[in-house]
Amino acid sequence: MATTADAKGRFGRFGGQYIPETLMNAVIELDQAYTHFKHDPEFQSELSTLFREYANRPSPLYYAEKMTQDLGGAKIYFKREDLNFTGAHKINNVLGQALLAKKMGKTRLIAETGAGQHGVATATAAAYFGMECVVFMGKTDTERQALNVYKMKLLGADVVPVTSGTATLKDAVSEAFREWTNRIADTHYCLGSVMGPHPFPTIVRDFQAVISREARAQIMEAEGRLPDAVLACVGGGSNAIGSFYHFIDDENVQLIGCEAAGRGIDTFETAATVSTGRLGVFHGMKSLFCQDEYGQIAPVYSISAGLDYPGIGPEHAYLNEIHRAEYVPVTDEEAVQAFEYTSRTEGIIPAIESSHAIAHALKIAPAMKKDQILIVTISGRGDKDCAAVARYRGASIKD
Amino acid sequence: MILMSKIQEAFANGKAFIPFITAGYPDIETTRSVIKAMQENGADLIEIGIPFSDPTAEGPVIQTANVAALERGITTDQIFDFVRQLRENDHITVPMVFMTYANVVYSYHEGGDAPADGADGKDLGCFGFCRRCAEAGIDGLILPDVPYEEKGEFQEACEKAGIDLISLIAPTSEERIQAIAADARGFIYIVSSLGVTGVRKTITTDIGAITRKIRSVTDVPCAVGFGISTPEQAAAMAAQSDGAIVGSAIIRLITQHGDNAPVEVGNYVRRMKDALRSSYYTV
Repeated sequence: MATTADAKGRFGRFGGQYIPETLMNAVIELDQAYTHFKHDPEFQSELSTLFREYANRPSPLYYAEKMTQDLGGAKIYFKREDLNFTGAHKINNVLGQALLAKKMGKTRLIAETGAGQHGVATATAAAYFGMECVVFMGKTDTERQALNVYKMKLLGADVVPVTSGTATLKDAVSEAFREWTNRIADTHYCLGSVMGPHPFPTIVRDFQAVISREARAQIMEAEGRLPDAVLACVGGGSNAIGSFYHFIDDENVQLIGCEAAGRGIDTFETAATVSTGRLGVFHGMKSLFCQDEYGQIAPVYSISAGLDYPGIGPEHAYLNEIHRAEYVPVTDEEAVQAFEYTSRTEGIIPAIESSHAIAHALKIAPAMKKDQILIVTISGRGDKDCAAVARYRGASIKD
Repeated sequence: MILMSKIQEAFANGKAFIPFITAGYPDIETTRSVIKAMQENGADLIEIGIPFSDPTAEGPVIQTANVAALERGITTDQIFDFVRQLRENDHITVPMVFMTYANVVYSYHEGGDAPADGADGKDLGCFGFCRRCAEAGIDGLILPDVPYEEKGEFQEACEKAGIDLISLIAPTSEERIQAIAADARGFIYIVSSLGVTGVRKTITTDIGAITRKIRSVTDVPCAVGFGISTPEQAAAMAAQSDGAIVGSAIIRLITQHGDNAPVEVGNYVRRMKDALRSSYYTV
């Protein structure tokens, strides 16, 4: 029953194409090109080579033995997307989309970015393919993530600070859409998550599905059986859908998305969309959004700039509605504790985003049996977060 | 049977001039005075923007107006009341349409008394919103993030309430034009240029070619918007269509002139309508 969008780009009642008429032919063209290249052996072979030789795939499935022993419950495995080139799962999607854009004859990539991971990945792919690149980033985020801004510029990209709205990720997405309506012929919008209008949620999902394709084979090899649960953090939801996808048909594998609760789901400073949002239409899709009673999109908050988004991808909204996956809130404090714990226990500094998934594993693993297995996706490395976590703990370091 | 839309009255006085205003910018009393001045000076149809937190089709001028109006606390319900007052107390008789974004309609829940999560599957937002539009005296709805493929549930709600969902056609629409036009109600909004709303020095799209394609399938009037600010541009656009729509240039006047905005916008509307009177239909 692996979920598939219907011809209109719907997962159940979620998804669709809520975009200006100006962009309709662009997404139709993209859909047609993707449908063609998805089945093109040469495209798939080129992408596999890029994954292997440029992005450092496959990423290891690592047995977190000390953490397992310390918690005394389920066996914990980490899917190490942090070891990918550019330091996060974002590169999987970006290489796929950049190759597709190149095949479509596009010469320019635009992208939004929150923490900067997707922006850096897009700038990297643009440099590799010899394409022009413009990255939109909330002004607040350019200040919080100055190092990533520098990296993108070093890679040859233009970084445009976005000052509209709350000057964070959602505004960067809005600005990238605006730019795309302005310049379509030579430009591909390299969207960073499983969101936006069809076919983006499907395209990004397919390129990220490499995570669970590998993890499924790796756990079969290591344990001879499937895991009891797969955990991943969810903002828009790209690493989570990639981690879930090849386990969706395995009904005994529990799928758990960990949302950023910020200071808690009973406060206004949260980004937990499934817990606090409701059905709406925004950024090209019908899905769940944090919003007020008049449909105004709510300002959201999380310590993690990568999860600081007021919506969730339509396939996740669907998996939630049919109870195939569950979505749980994790607070800043819990994520920071998991960040520190994993660094100390395993010698792995996980991204603060991924730390949300680890935090939930810390909650559920001790009560599970020793022969049960959890896979936690470490979506990215945590170097970028050290300054923010230090600040959270009251220390001040310059990054 | 399709009833004659009230919106078509707007196209009965030669080329139509359609000014836009963001409700509640800088405050609702200014909006009221400006709308009165628009009607007095010859506006044929008035487009009222319900502010949205994230107006993705707008350029910087209207974005700023949206944010400022929301910061002052304007709500959709207050705007419904305001429109009702325009009809009942302020003698506004020209057709009026709302321009807003899908979520403002879809997620509207009747002042909070309908289910918040749409869990009953009825999506009360669209029906509730459109019914209130009709009750207040609104004649149509423009939703720039609802394309032809997604208009079903919005169109159904509009039809049930007896208002028109306005269709948009863009320079990139090409082979989609006839399908969109054949289904159009009220008037057709031709987007003059790529990109978002905002003043442009020149408009290079062949509007005549678009209107000819539209005319091959429908008599619904079409007006051109995006980028128009001068009387010359308005006349040139209207020469190839049935009217011109102006938004950002008006919001700029309101920003510049403060308390004197109604007089300045009134004068501007008169100049624009005069320019359109000298325009003629060439298609």
